[in-house]
Amino acid sequence: MENIVSFSQLLEYSNQHDKRIYQVMQGLEAYMLEKNEDQVRNLTLRNLKTMKSSIEKGLSVSSLSPSGMSGLDAHKLLKRYENSSNLPFNGLLGRIMTYSVAISEENQRMGKIVACPTAGSCGIVPAVIVSYGQEYGFSEEQQVNALITAGATGKIIAQQMHLAGAVAGCQAECGVASAMAASAAVELMRGTNDQIVHAAILALKNVMGLVCDPVAGLVEVPCIKRNGFMAVHAVSASEMALAGVQSVVPPDEVVQAVKQVGVLMSPMLKESSEAGLAATESAKTITREFFKF
Amino acid sequence: MKYISILDIIGPIMIGPSSSHTAGAIRMGLFAGKIYGKKPQKVKFKLYNSFAKTGRGHGTDKGILGGILGFDVNDDKIKHSYDYAREAELDYEFEYLEKHDRHPNSADIVFLDENNKEQMKISANSLGGGEVQIYMIDGFLTEIRGDYPVLIMVYKDQKGVISKVSALIQEQGVNIASLNCERKEKHKEAVMTFCLDSVLPDKCIEQIKKLPDIYLVRNIERLEE
Repeated sequence: MENIVSFSQLLEYSNQHDKRIYQVMQGLEAYMLEKNEDQVRNLTLRNLKTMKSSIEKGLSVSSLSPSGMSGLDAHKLLKRYENSSNLPFNGLLGRIMTYSVAISEENQRMGKIVACPTAGSCGIVPAVIVSYGQEYGFSEEQQVNALITAGATGKIIAQQMHLAGAVAGCQAECGVASAMAASAAVELMRGTNDQIVHAAILALKNVMGLVCDPVAGLVEVPCIKRNGFMAVHAVSASEMALAGVQSVVPPDEVVQAVKQVGVLMSPMLKESSEAGLAATESAKTITREFFKF
Repeated sequence: MKYISILDIIGPIMIGPSSSHTAGAIRMGLFAGKIYGKKPQKVKFKLYNSFAKTGRGHGTDKGILGGILGFDVNDDKIKHSYDYAREAELDYEFEYLEKHDRHPNSADIVFLDENNKEQMKISANSLGGGEVQIYMIDGFLTEIRGDYPVLIMVYKDQKGVISKVSALIQEQGVNIASLNCERKEKHKEAVMTFCLDSVLPDKCIEQIKKLPDIYLVRNIERLEE
C-alpha cells in the first residue's frame, strides 16, 4: 500500500474501494506503522479518552492564569448554557464552545492535553467530537471513526505544509484544527467522503491568512477564545458540506493557496509577537508586568 | 520523507501549553539526561532567545528540569518539577540569554560536579511540534533527533573505527538510517552518532565498548511519541 498524499488521492482510493475515509486511513496506518487496525483504533481511543479527561479537568477548575489574561472563561460559558432553554447556542453549539475553551484553559494551566494538531489548537477537534457524542448519542466506536477522519484531514494537509504558527500563522494551527473538526462532524452525521473533504476545505479556506500574534508570546490571547470560535466554525462548514455546498476551488489547490499565504505572511505575524495584537500598547504593558517578577 | 501518521497529528498526549516550548523542552532534558547517562548532581540550563523570553509563561524551565529528572512529555509531575528536583537533591541554575546565532528555541544543558566543574555540555534546539535536535555535545557537532534509536560514541580519532562499529551493527541485522562523525583535530577526540531503525542489544554495546580508545558509548531508545 502506498502513502496517500492528497485529498484527490484519498477520495479516489476510498470511493474506488467503496470504503469510508476512516477505513482507508486505519488500513494505511496499520500498514505503515506495522500494527494491526485494532491497535491503531486503540491508540486513537486512548487519545479520545485523554481528550475527555481534559474537558472534565478544564471544567472543574476556574482560576486566573499567571499572566492574568485567562482562566475564567470556560466557567462563564458553562454557567450560561447550563439549564438554559432559550439561547441561540442551546444544546450542541453552547457545549462545543464551552468544551473548546475549557480544554484550552487546561492547556494553559500545564494540564494534560492531546495536541490536535498543536497544543495551541488542542480544544477544537475534541470539543466537536465529544459534544456530538453527548448530544446525539454517538458511540465510542463512532467517535473513534470521527477522530481518525479528523486525523486523515490533518495528515493530508501536514504533508503539504508545516503545521506551526511560526511557519504559516494560525491558519496552520487553529485553521487546520477547524478543518479536521469539520470533517469529523460530517463523518458522525454520515455524510459522504466528498462531503467530508469539502467540509474540511470550506473551513480551512474561510480562515486563510489568519495570523499568529500571541500577546506576550503566550498560548493565551487570542488562542483560548479562538479555540471556542473555531470549534463552532467547524460546525458551520460541516453543515454547508452536508447540504451539498462544495468548494469551487478543488481541495488540494486550496491547501496550496493556504501554504502560499503562509510563506507570504510577514515573519512578524508568525508567532514572534512583533506585530498585530502582540504589538498593541496594552499587550506591551501586560508583557512588561508579567516578565517583571 | 518521514511518514506522517494520524497519531502525529492527533498527539502527542502532553503537558501544555506549547509543543515547542513545553514538550520540546521536556524532551531536550530527557534526551540530555540519557546522553549524560548517570545521576546528575548539578545542572545549569542556558535558555536562549524565545525560550528565554517567553519560556516561563510556557513552563519551559519546569519542562527542561523535569526532563532531566526523567519525566516524559505526558507526566503530570512536570508542573511540580522544582519540588521533585529538591527531593532528588538535584542542584540547578537557570540563565536567560539572547544570541542571534542561536535557533529561536534553543538551550544549553551543562552538567556540573559538586565543585562546579563542567562534566558535559549538550546544546539542543526545539524544532516545533515537540521535535528536538541535539546538535552539539561537548563542542562536537551532532545531528541527533528523538525519532530514532541512537548510538552515540566518543572515541579517539583513528583509522577503521567507523568500519569496525558499523560491522558490529550489521551483525545484529540493524539498519543505519544516518551516520554523523565529527572530530576536533586529527587523532584527538571525535564523536560519532548513528540513527538506527531499531535499538541495539546490550551484547553489541559491550563489544563496541571493548574496541580500543572508546571513551563513551550511549545506546538510547527512541523517545516515545
